Amino acid sequence: MKPPLFEYCAPRTLKDAVAMLAGDPGAMVLAGGQSLIPAMNMRLASPARLVDIQHVDGLKGISIENGRIVVRAMTRHRELELDEAVFRANPLIREAMAHVAHVPIRNRGTVVGSICHADAAAEMPMVLLATGGSVVPEGPRGRREVAAQEFFQFHMTTTREPDEIVVEAHFPVLPEGAGWAFEEFTRRHGDYAIAAVAAIVEPSAGRVSLAACGVASRPVRLEASEQILAGAELTPERIKAAAEAATDAVSAPDDMHATNAYRRHLLSALVRRAVVKAASRAK
Amino acid sequence: MNRGTIRPRLPATSIDPKAAVALTVNGEKVSAEVSVRMLLSDFLRHELGLTGTHVGCEHGVCGACTVMIDGVSARSCLTFAVQASGAEVRTIESVAAEDGGLHPLQEAFRDCHALQCGYCTPGMIMNILSNLESDRPMDLSEEGIRDMLSGNLCRCTGYQNIVAAVRQAADAMAAR
Amino acid sequence: MSTRAFGARVQRNIDPQLLRGEGSFVDDIPLAGALHVAFVRSPFARARINAIDISAAAAHPGVAAVYTCDTIGELDREMPLLIPHPSMKDARTQRPLARGDAYYVGQTVAMVVAVDRYTAEDAAALVDVDYDPLDVEIELEKAILDEAPLVHETHPNNVAAHFVQVSGHPDKAIAGAEHVTRVKVRVDRSTAAPMECRAVAATFDRVTGELTVWDGTQAPISVRGGLASILKLDEDKVRVIAPHVGGGFGQKVLLFYPDELLVPYAAMQLGRPVKYIEDRRENFVGSSQERTQIHTIELYAKKTGEVVALRDSFLHDTGAFIPYGIAIAQVASTSIAGPYRIPNIWVEFTAVYTPTVPITPYRGCGRPQACFAIERAMDQLADELGLDRFEIRRRNLIADAEFPVLRDGLLFADGLAVSLDSGQYGKALEMLAERLDVDNFAAEQEKARREGKHLGLGMAFYVEGTGLGPYEGGHIKIHPITGKVYVNTGLTSQGQGHDTVFAQIVADQLGVKVEDVILVEGDTKAFDWGVATFASRAAVVSGNAIHKSALIVRQKTLTAAANMLEADIGDIELRDGAAWVKGTDRAVPLAAIATATNPLRYAFNEAAKAATQFAPASRHDGPALAEGQHPGLEATDYYSPACATWAYGVHGAILEVDPELCSVKVKRYVCIHDCGNMINPMIVEGQVMGGIAQGIGGAMYERIEFDSDGNLVNANFVDFLVPYATEVPQVEILHLETPSPLNPLGVKGVGEAGCIPVGAVIASGVEDALRPFGAGRFHQVPLTPSMIHAALAAA
Repeated sequence: MKPPLFEYCAPRTLKDAVAMLAGDPGAMVLAGGQSLIPAMNMRLASPARLVDIQHVDGLKGISIENGRIVVRAMTRHRELELDEAVFRANPLIREAMAHVAHVPIRNRGTVVGSICHADAAAEMPMVLLATGGSVVPEGPRGRREVAAQEFFQFHMTTTREPDEIVVEAHFPVLPEGAGWAFEEFTRRHGDYAIAAVAAIVEPSAGRVSLAACGVASRPVRLEASEQILAGAELTPERIKAAAEAATDAVSAPDDMHATNAYRRHLLSALVRRAVVKAASRAK
Repeated sequence: MNRGTIRPRLPATSIDPKAAVALTVNGEKVSAEVSVRMLLSDFLRHELGLTGTHVGCEHGVCGACTVMIDGVSARSCLTFAVQASGAEVRTIESVAAEDGGLHPLQEAFRDCHALQCGYCTPGMIMNILSNLESDRPMDLSEEGIRDMLSGNLCRCTGYQNIVAAVRQAADAMAAR
Repeated sequence: MSTRAFGARVQRNIDPQLLRGEGSFVDDIPLAGALHVAFVRSPFARARINAIDISAAAAHPGVAAVYTCDTIGELDREMPLLIPHPSMKDARTQRPLARGDAYYVGQTVAMVVAVDRYTAEDAAALVDVDYDPLDVEIELEKAILDEAPLVHETHPNNVAAHFVQVSGHPDKAIAGAEHVTRVKVRVDRSTAAPMECRAVAATFDRVTGELTVWDGTQAPISVRGGLASILKLDEDKVRVIAPHVGGGFGQKVLLFYPDELLVPYAAMQLGRPVKYIEDRRENFVGSSQERTQIHTIELYAKKTGEVVALRDSFLHDTGAFIPYGIAIAQVASTSIAGPYRIPNIWVEFTAVYTPTVPITPYRGCGRPQACFAIERAMDQLADELGLDRFEIRRRNLIADAEFPVLRDGLLFADGLAVSLDSGQYGKALEMLAERLDVDNFAAEQEKARREGKHLGLGMAFYVEGTGLGPYEGGHIKIHPITGKVYVNTGLTSQGQGHDTVFAQIVADQLGVKVEDVILVEGDTKAFDWGVATFASRAAVVSGNAIHKSALIVRQKTLTAAANMLEADIGDIELRDGAAWVKGTDRAVPLAAIATATNPLRYAFNEAAKAATQFAPASRHDGPALAEGQHPGLEATDYYSPACATWAYGVHGAILEVDPELCSVKVKRYVCIHDCGNMINPMIVEGQVMGGIAQGIGGAMYERIEFDSDGNLVNANFVDFLVPYATEVPQVEILHLETPSPLNPLGVKGVGEAGCIPVGAVIASGVEDALRPFGAGRFHQVPLTPSMIHAALAAA
């Protein structure tokens, strides 16, 4: 399990990085490498060129501006997880982060990298979706912003163009008074989710945001459940109805870790638990 | 083989394109020309002869190859040596004293019979050590320790004695 | 040494080295200029190979050679059948590189040798193999049907072996039975997954003609013999070393894996050291696996619960080849009656070829399957008769006074009739009941249920035939310079702590510190008589051989010391690295005795100078060595067990099932076990805890998944779920020590014990927890959340 040969580029500026990425149709971005390198070691990925963005100016760090947590491309999972300002701004992120693999992986892997990798069972893409966040790809045609809802297309497929580098991910700050919860089930600690749910309950707006991963070919918003809960009192009956409605979001076929029927049952339980917990934290 | 047979003419090492790397390993400055695709695990083991870092899966699940990069634990099998250029890397070889005297964590492993075949041990130690040396307080509850160890597979011990060793080491280091 | 080392919790000699990262595993051995191997493996479970084009690979820069079956000379042959048995006809074994046909995904088809592994993998991808894929049937029960495609044309219905064993008079007993319980159970395929994958490195010195092979094997002596035979080398010119080995669990004993022959061959052909370091994916698709068996077991009982007869018929998946013969199925069939008296047994198995990775023993070797069958059946029998699960066992366990219990007609893997030699089965059961507070559990369970928590109690008993022959040896020598004691034996360690437990045995006899006993094993130049490490046999067989040798060296030392100290031999005691005249301060160090017993006249060190202070070590006239006398303090002896010695134990757990998540949390896990006298309880507990962790894997997590085409779809640690610390429970261990009556040390094996009953414990506990839901029975492991969900949904 050794990676295939590639051309290695280590640009210092974003302009160079974009040019190097655009310069070879087989080029890929290397950030933390925690998803890409295993795929290369297994020879499931053979990029002709790797553009290592770790030395690119301006791609490090986190800032909170205009109600958004701006996570730049080289921000490691662990950095975001431990950031106290981020925790105050949106505690859902830390709660979800505890489920992302293990600390040594989180020390190297980047949040934006995980979002671009877009595994259908991964936590961070789903949290971006749940919070109504967005990403900022930059390419030869310039910079654009894409909502999470439009970004994730399919398992490991996004609307990022091959010559674009996602330079930032934006996680909205949790609205004042909102409650949050992240519920996940894995067979083994740290693995990709069999199913996971993020819930944000905003009593003042009468809104409940729900997203799930592990259950379909991409992270999904549980819109049917959201509608049941919108503007209503979160009674046990209503929550139960919302939890049952969530099962229709499960499109994953039977696989080695879970049957479709079990995933539906599981998702329903996780939705109920997440909504109850989020509601209990709402003010 | 017949003693008269001419051996095939082959280079002694990789014929890949090389890149220069310069990093600090266990406090020593190291610079080398390495294949761009060489994994840090292979670089440490086969270029530097630091064979204490073991390779168990090469896809990031088993943790046997765990080292510290810039003070935090990381999988050396999921890092290209070129990515570590400029970094400070620490391996198991740096943990014991110069004279071979064991670190309290290593002592604790021995006291608690926390290793059997010893293959996962260096990765375990580096992961635990990164926590013991961190400014962040460790959660020394049973659940907290197991959570910290999760990410390093051991096939021999059943983990229980490793949990005990972590507790002993944390106590010993707190007492120092 | 005033305290006895045997039985003490002695720290391990090997640990500091391993802890400092100074181990020497195969890939750590520096071999300048080594070439590296990558294999081309079959992507099809069953295929005709029409042609192999190596030209692009051979021309790839950095490639030294590309081998196929046509270019490996003498090696192009079927590899040996290790244990022949009349129940097998024309047993099929693998070729090092496929010729004509491929029989499983992962089978080696060509071997690339290149400057490094990266380049070798590049070139392996360039080997162009023209395959015609053939139909396959992977599912065991379908593979024996008439319409199933055949793995080997020579074997109709894919039957590799069929065997029936009978003990007592089952027909008669069945006719008189008042109740019958019938259970069909399945244990799925798993793999050992040692942390270090397999590895072989070889170097051939064409000046001396010596071939040296470093092999992460459990059986270096056998590998040496095989290599010398097949490569037509003088046995003395072949040295096989198993250095530090990162776990084995049975997977690392097979004669041969293709690489074990091909790597030395390539080193000889190419005149450069050659290394093959198996990677994790290859370990999944190329190294042997175990477990799939489907048992249909019937217990014939009286209304009282006394089981009078047992019938069991099972299918055993042997994979594409059967190199180990029927060993696993035989162990399963002879362990089927467990710890119970059951005097009448009929057991039949059919070993079935499937186009999958070959099957050889993995820790447990058929016992987990047999235990799962009998223990699940016992639980069901108890339910059907309205008895408690402990009570049904009380009524059937062999009583202490009944030992030995001969199961005439059941031949164990050593070819001898099963004879359970000793134990306190009843006491073990009561210890478990007490520790788990079984009497109060029902109330606790009821209380928890009212709070919405679903607790279950699971339990299972197991027996394990350990310490199989034929023999092992031990060589002991006291070094004349340092007085340190060197010990050799023929087997190898993969983490079991041989260097410490064998040292403990020797330390007591020679009065030295455990750390002054240095064990060298796994090196054919150090000792080359013996078998291998498997079947929980090292402590029993090598341990007793070393003990016997130690007694001889002790006697030699006492004799020489008495001469040197001019005292009566009965007044000599060995302690603190010296021989003392009891009750005095007169002593001679072991180093001096070892020097004095060697009639070499050079006094080149302190020990030699010290020796001159004493009388001669030997009192005889004539030549320096009397007739029959050997120089030094040294001996070699052997131990050959009369038959296996049977260890046993009983495990119980309290677990909680969450019917919403369909998850299982083990809240308490208690193990009562008895492996006879314990040499080092710390190491025994380590073996047991490690075994239980592997058992937890087999009970809930680890399942090798093949798709219907025979692709192993979870050949990685992402999807093959070896448990982390978060999945393995804390284990409470209670010891019983019933000495084995069969060997001088009174020991029994413990290596495999832990893993055997865990599947049955978990299934029993989940069943108990979900009883109020009417969720039915759990007769398959690993027991997954999806299975719990299906059971609840069907209730």
